[in-house]
Amino acid sequence: MVRPEIEVLIEREEDVIVARSKGRELAKEMGFGVVDQARIPTAISELARNILVHAGSGVIRIREIEAGSRRGMEIAAEDHGPGIEDVELALTEGYTTSTGLGLGLPGAKRLTDEMEIRSKIGEGTVVVARKWLR
Amino acid sequence: MAGVPIIKLGASLIVTVQEALHDRAAMELQDDITTAIEHTGARGLLIDVSVLDVVDSFMGRMLGNIGTMASLMGAVTVIAGIQPAVAVTLTELGLELRGIHTVLNVEKGLALVQKLTGNIDETTGSGGLDGTT
Repeated sequence: MVRPEIEVLIEREEDVIVARSKGRELAKEMGFGVVDQARIPTAISELARNILVHAGSGVIRIREIEAGSRRGMEIAAEDHGPGIEDVELALTEGYTTSTGLGLGLPGAKRLTDEMEIRSKIGEGTVVVARKWLR
Repeated sequence: MAGVPIIKLGASLIVTVQEALHDRAAMELQDDITTAIEHTGARGLLIDVSVLDVVDSFMGRMLGNIGTMASLMGAVTVIAGIQPAVAVTLTELGLELRGIHTVLNVEKGLALVQKLTGNIDETTGSGGLDGTT
């Protein structure tokens, strides 16, 4: 049974907590281990907070995915913000363009198995992260 | 919205986080704690985070900041109840809570903070310094 995709609009800080709670619930249902049940919502929190800080608003989509015999969770963080000029730089530990603490993207990357970033200056950013069941 | 309650116990302040805190609430907590240390002259701070099953980089840094600020004001900080999965994610995020004592639970936390503030047999004083406004 594949559960329906979860979509959470990120417009206020409270939405970050909603997104990560839902991510945690799904992780638990899917059978992720206890530590992954903390890694996944933490990664969602980093990505959702990034949306608020850089774009003001956006959306987090969470869904189950399959690749062959592997099952996992995919988190997409989308916004129509200013875009990321240098993706490589943004993934560097400690780099920050805001008054934030500079751990968002590198943090989310460390906690997940795969991460892709598509960004266009002036149009927005999509960050996709995946975590696979072992 | 209600702040996180801060209770005075002898020379220490006890803070029990009761739900996930978004960024603004975490910053308010930081302010409330530093104000409380100033008003009470507390020499110890115990923060119970046992209810938190997710601590992201912002909250982790906030906790670190609270410890540093408390230290600058002459108070030691003990954090109790970091869940094992949370400890792993904090480590993987590369966050260290420097200068902060960490213990498994509130009981141990109370004992430690009282020992560190020199109040080994402290039984007097539980006022209520409430962080709510």
